[in-house]
Amino acid sequence: MNQTHVHLLTLLAGIAGMLMAASAAGFVLQRRLSPDGSNAVIENLNARIKAWWAMVILIALAFLGGRAGVILLFALCSFAALREFVTLTNARRADHWALAAAFFVILPVQYYLVWVDWYGLYSIFIPVYAFLLLPIVSALRGDTDRYLIRIAEVQWALMICVFCVSHVPALLSLQIPGYEGRNVLLIAFLVVVVQLSDVLQYVWGKLLGRRKIAPLLSPSKTVEGFFGGVASATIIGAGLWWMTPFAPLQAGSLALIVALMGFFGGLVMSAIKRDRGVKDWGHLIAGHGGFIDRLDSVIFSAPIFFHIVRYWWSLT
Amino acid sequence: MRFLTQIAAMAIVLFARLITAVRGIWQGAEPVPRQRIYFANHASHGDFILIWTVLPPRLRRSTRPVAGADYWLKTSLRRFIGCDVFKAVLIDRNRESRERDPIEVMVEALDGGASLIVFPEGTRNGTDAPLLPFKSGLYHLAKARPTVELVPVWIDNLNRVMPKGEFVPVPLICTVTFGAPVRVDSSEDKEAFLERARNALLALSPKSSEVRA
Repeated sequence: MNQTHVHLLTLLAGIAGMLMAASAAGFVLQRRLSPDGSNAVIENLNARIKAWWAMVILIALAFLGGRAGVILLFALCSFAALREFVTLTNARRADHWALAAAFFVILPVQYYLVWVDWYGLYSIFIPVYAFLLLPIVSALRGDTDRYLIRIAEVQWALMICVFCVSHVPALLSLQIPGYEGRNVLLIAFLVVVVQLSDVLQYVWGKLLGRRKIAPLLSPSKTVEGFFGGVASATIIGAGLWWMTPFAPLQAGSLALIVALMGFFGGLVMSAIKRDRGVKDWGHLIAGHGGFIDRLDSVIFSAPIFFHIVRYWWSLT
Repeated sequence: MRFLTQIAAMAIVLFARLITAVRGIWQGAEPVPRQRIYFANHASHGDFILIWTVLPPRLRRSTRPVAGADYWLKTSLRRFIGCDVFKAVLIDRNRESRERDPIEVMVEALDGGASLIVFPEGTRNGTDAPLLPFKSGLYHLAKARPTVELVPVWIDNLNRVMPKGEFVPVPLICTVTFGAPVRVDSSEDKEAFLERARNALLALSPKSSEVRA
């Protein structure tokens, strides 16, 4: 067992401990406040905790599968997210081939490029090539009704669900001196900080939340939850410096940046849901909603985290 | 052969879930083993597969789609999927040449204990209208076996997954909504019943609730 494994197991033990505490708290709350299952907040809390167990186990399995496991996991997340996003767009009959290409050509090619480590192409493939080629495919069908809206939606769907998400496994290809073979811990750091920030915003909000921070976008987010969640995620991020190539202060700063990006990502995705008149993106993750509901904060933080680490720490 | 059909059924259900992440919404009817005629909107060849996918496995075994013989007997693959996997009740849609009345064939299947999936529009809806007028078969079927429940089933979004004439499906999330059963009133004539059944189905469409809201 090498150091990476020890670090991963330490982190997993910590997460399992937290989830056990959460499950116990959820059980007590249910006994006291919702014995007949009538309290919606408690029932949703317990559904969320159960789903967290499943997600943590799944990610841990993917990490065991190494590079292939991680890339496959995020490719599948992209597929599920893209399916949710396109469902809410204005796409019409004339976009059929463009959409089929998005799912069955662009998505696999993007992850293949991440797999073969071709940074020069995977960082521009969707913003340049897909951006120019898909509108051509749609235009050839000759349907101009709401054309600009339709092609913009398909491009947005690909940027959000495929391009941004693929920057999580792309962290594996950074070459950081003295950190060789341990990049999977960078993914663990990013995902843990961003998701804990979400969870802690929820917890602080439920405990102390009084003032709504963005009532028109997301009525459940509060000022108290925002400051409490981001501050505690920053402190936890700094405390996780031992598994990263960063010094404690650097780890804390990066944690602050990804927590903030995650928060604003959640707001942007809420704005889209409001615009489309839905509450959740999907229904596949019990208690949470869809894949995008769970991924929104990772989506907005991953590319920024990737480029900061690449610029200041990586050789390539 | 039985083994092969089960594998095929599982593969089809898995594929349907991968492409559509389909979810059944039971509002007004429960997924219980009761003899029923599920009547649904028809926009794609995959319609009955989605209904079948969201039914609990023990209900699937006794639920048979009613389908046009001309389509499902054309190739041996279609025949395998239609007859062996889904045990479709095949009817001849050609009025001139057919030897048996379709109602008779469907009643026979009901008397065998099966529940049926029917598409009362009679053909796939390729128009912009949400639902075509109903053919009269549903009325005659309801009259012939009045104790069988008629459950409206709205299939949403599948027409966008695979529009008529396309052969590559685009993954999109679909829902299948089951509504409260309708019955024929003794005082009601054919036109009135078909209109009421059609409205009961249309009311399950998410678009119609948007209009109401």
